[in-house]
Amino acid sequence: MRPKTVILITCLAGLHLILLCAGFFAPYDPTTQDRELPYAPPTRIHFKDDSGFHVRPFVYAWTSVLDGDQAGSYKEDTSRELPLDFFVRGPSYKLLGAYVTTTVHLFGVDAPGKVLLFGTDGYGRDEFSRVLFGGQISVAAGITATFIALLTGSIFGIIAGYYGRWIDESLMGVTELFLSLPWLYFLLGVRAFLPLHLSTLRTFFLLTSVIGLIGWARPARLVRGLVLSSRNRNYVLAARGFGGSDFYILRRHLLPEVLGLLLTQAALLVPRYIAAEVTLSFFGLGVNEPVPSWGNMLSTLQQYSVLVSYGWLLAPACALVVTSVLYSSLADMFHSRLKSYST
Amino acid sequence: MKLIARLTLHVCLLTGACFAAAPVPDAAKPGEELARLAEVSGHYGGHLTIGERAEPKTLNPVTATDAVSREVIGRLMGDLIEINRSTQQTEPALAKSWKISPDGRTFTLQLRKGIRFSDGHPFDADDVVFSFNVYMDEAIDSPQRDLLIIDGKPILVTELDQYTVRFALPRPYAAAERLFDGLAMMPKHLLEKPYREGHFIQAWSLNAQAAEVAGLGPFRLKQYVPGQRIAVERNPYYWKVDRENQRLPYLDELVFLFVGTEDAQVMRFEAGETDIVSRLSSENYNLLSREKSRLGSQLADMGPSLEYNFLLFNLNDLNGKKLDEVAGKQAWFRDLKFRQAISAAVDRDSIVRLVYGARGTALWGNVGPGNKLWINQNIPHPQRSVETARQLLKSAGYSWNQSGQLLDTAGRPVEFSIITSSSNSQRMKMATLLQDDLSHLGMQVHVVPLEFRAMIDRVFQSFDYDAAIMGLGGGDADPNPEMNVWAFAGTSHLWHLGETKPASDWERELDQLMQQQMVTLDYTKRKQLYDRAQQLIADNLPFVFLGTPNILASASARVGNFHPAVIDPYTLWNADELYIRDPARENAGVR
Repeated sequence: MRPKTVILITCLAGLHLILLCAGFFAPYDPTTQDRELPYAPPTRIHFKDDSGFHVRPFVYAWTSVLDGDQAGSYKEDTSRELPLDFFVRGPSYKLLGAYVTTTVHLFGVDAPGKVLLFGTDGYGRDEFSRVLFGGQISVAAGITATFIALLTGSIFGIIAGYYGRWIDESLMGVTELFLSLPWLYFLLGVRAFLPLHLSTLRTFFLLTSVIGLIGWARPARLVRGLVLSSRNRNYVLAARGFGGSDFYILRRHLLPEVLGLLLTQAALLVPRYIAAEVTLSFFGLGVNEPVPSWGNMLSTLQQYSVLVSYGWLLAPACALVVTSVLYSSLADMFHSRLKSYST
Repeated sequence: MKLIARLTLHVCLLTGACFAAAPVPDAAKPGEELARLAEVSGHYGGHLTIGERAEPKTLNPVTATDAVSREVIGRLMGDLIEINRSTQQTEPALAKSWKISPDGRTFTLQLRKGIRFSDGHPFDADDVVFSFNVYMDEAIDSPQRDLLIIDGKPILVTELDQYTVRFALPRPYAAAERLFDGLAMMPKHLLEKPYREGHFIQAWSLNAQAAEVAGLGPFRLKQYVPGQRIAVERNPYYWKVDRENQRLPYLDELVFLFVGTEDAQVMRFEAGETDIVSRLSSENYNLLSREKSRLGSQLADMGPSLEYNFLLFNLNDLNGKKLDEVAGKQAWFRDLKFRQAISAAVDRDSIVRLVYGARGTALWGNVGPGNKLWINQNIPHPQRSVETARQLLKSAGYSWNQSGQLLDTAGRPVEFSIITSSSNSQRMKMATLLQDDLSHLGMQVHVVPLEFRAMIDRVFQSFDYDAAIMGLGGGDADPNPEMNVWAFAGTSHLWHLGETKPASDWERELDQLMQQQMVTLDYTKRKQLYDRAQQLIADNLPFVFLGTPNILASASARVGNFHPAVIDPYTLWNADELYIRDPARENAGVR
């Protein structure tokens, strides 16, 4: 394997491992509010103080400025150094979402001090912990929704492209219908039809199926175009002449042709579907408070004042960018491999 | 070369058209009874630009219901009696004086003589009678009609002479003179024809020509550009003068730009494209105050507004609706101790700090400290206490299981959802704070953000909700606009809509108090009645009151006489007095 590939796979695996073990890497519970610290900026990690350099990093606690011009902002309480501890006890969580309940966290500081790597949101909740826990839901939802959209899309696309004629026409008619539906009103309707409160698990399935349902039409049309052009290639005709069954031709000749397209699509769709949750949460179809997801965390940035005043709340967006870049590099890699394989 | 010359000519013509000279204020005519504002001074000239969140829907004062239309129309039209936004008291406007008969049922208004509409046509009692006929016309069904029909009978309007009008009310009506604020006097000479022909509702749409629209306000219509802006220019015949007997308004032109959202309003203001922003959220206010030194703008925190935000429980009658799940939870919501426990557990200080950025006030009743004339100071403000809340729940038969979950008398876990408008970030935040507060009582609360209309539909029509966070009030300081909330048959009696008779003794008493205060003319007696009503509301908690934001506004440094008020319209109520500061002239002592 080329070193680039190794790096890429390590990064991707690392990202997913961190998200999977969010409870261990996150120092705090993602839903606990600290009403004394709304919109606190990220804690600075110090190595140096008046007495010189320390190998072990330390932080200062934030105290809010109560009056004067700077009222509402925070300053460091330099009277007490809070050394960073590793493998500390903290709020309990379930490791890997399973039955193991533990309280060990990678890092933390002595209470009442707090280490807030990405600052806090408007309720004083630790943004870093929320990014990690939110990523669990968002990345899983993005991947699942992409899978649903591409699976449905490719099945219909292949059938339409391969069999052609009235099947093609009717299936493509359905995709046109889906592309032209006014989704806004459809979503309002869906919301009115559902019970007011849904558990996080049901929300997850709802979210992925709604996104998948909205998203399948476009890949279906792409796949159909590709199948349509390759079904009359000479090698396909030859295979058919030798008596190859439809299934054989689909599996041996058409599916590999489509695979590259699907992988590229997947890489594009995963980040887009993660962000789609912002829109859905506006209709009350997203993951609800206090459970974090990148989508509902980003939706607070729709307020101009928050966007320009509290830059650290862009953390979920940065996480989304990193995830997108990794996924698209993965798609590139797959793409070039498949190309070298097919030629 | 020729092309360039022609283009230049076009540009010149266009700019000329845009900045055509504003009408010169007409010299005072003998016998013209003008209102003199002895405190006001300023100087002529200049444009003022205001960003609006939406486009107005109409210029017709009778059919307008949305805030933006009313804000624009309010600058074009005049009322008989006005509520002074800074004193919250009534004062003479088009009526220079009025007499109330001892039984409180007859109002005799003396109109100003010799004043003219913005097209120069004289104004007299004919116009007043015509306007009231239109407002009370059943076929037109204006929103103001409800106010003018008392006990099912209309107010009788009689012209005594050219400048005297008598209003006869079917029964005494407290603070009836406040009704006149917001009832624009319309020109009979322009609107009688469409009214007779039965298409009054279509009159004065946004496509109306400037010459077709005339009013008694400080400005008159100049130009409407769909999707972009509406410009109004000085009314040269306006009936108010300043300290130096200069005819108001000072401004040549007022431009309303349609920018969309509050955030867009703030951005345009920061960029210097607009001069005034009102109804600011505390976040945006703080943002502007951080940039104060750069922008040099004037910031105004006018203190608590008259609005009240509250948690509402669904106590509606659900017979015949298939809402068994909600009906099952109503046993909790109907229990006063349950509502008291929630009120005790709510951390209102956090709401003020986290939702309003400390620019707001906690509320324990429907009248807040912004309403100085009517607040009942005896309503207690208990501190947040989870312990008290737990005691209350325990005494009502609730218990807690092993994991700390609250169980009702039947052993069911207490779990409900709070709906709120997803476009209102402040109420969303309140809901999330409440969710956390109530989790300390072992209640499992879900926050469900809904699109605004979907939420309104659930609260007013389908009743398919458990609890909601909403806001009301803000119109006027007087108790009368609150009638539709607290009278049992009111259209905003939100917790139990469509009652045919009061559901409980306290609701009956509340209804009686509200009806009584409406016919009591003496302020002290009325205040006693309304104090008792406030006490009943605070004791029985049909709403769990949460808080009220401060009225926050900002204007650029060049705007003079900027005095925002806590009653709508917050910043443009004195548009006739606003002027553009000119440092050069002011330093030279010329005003």
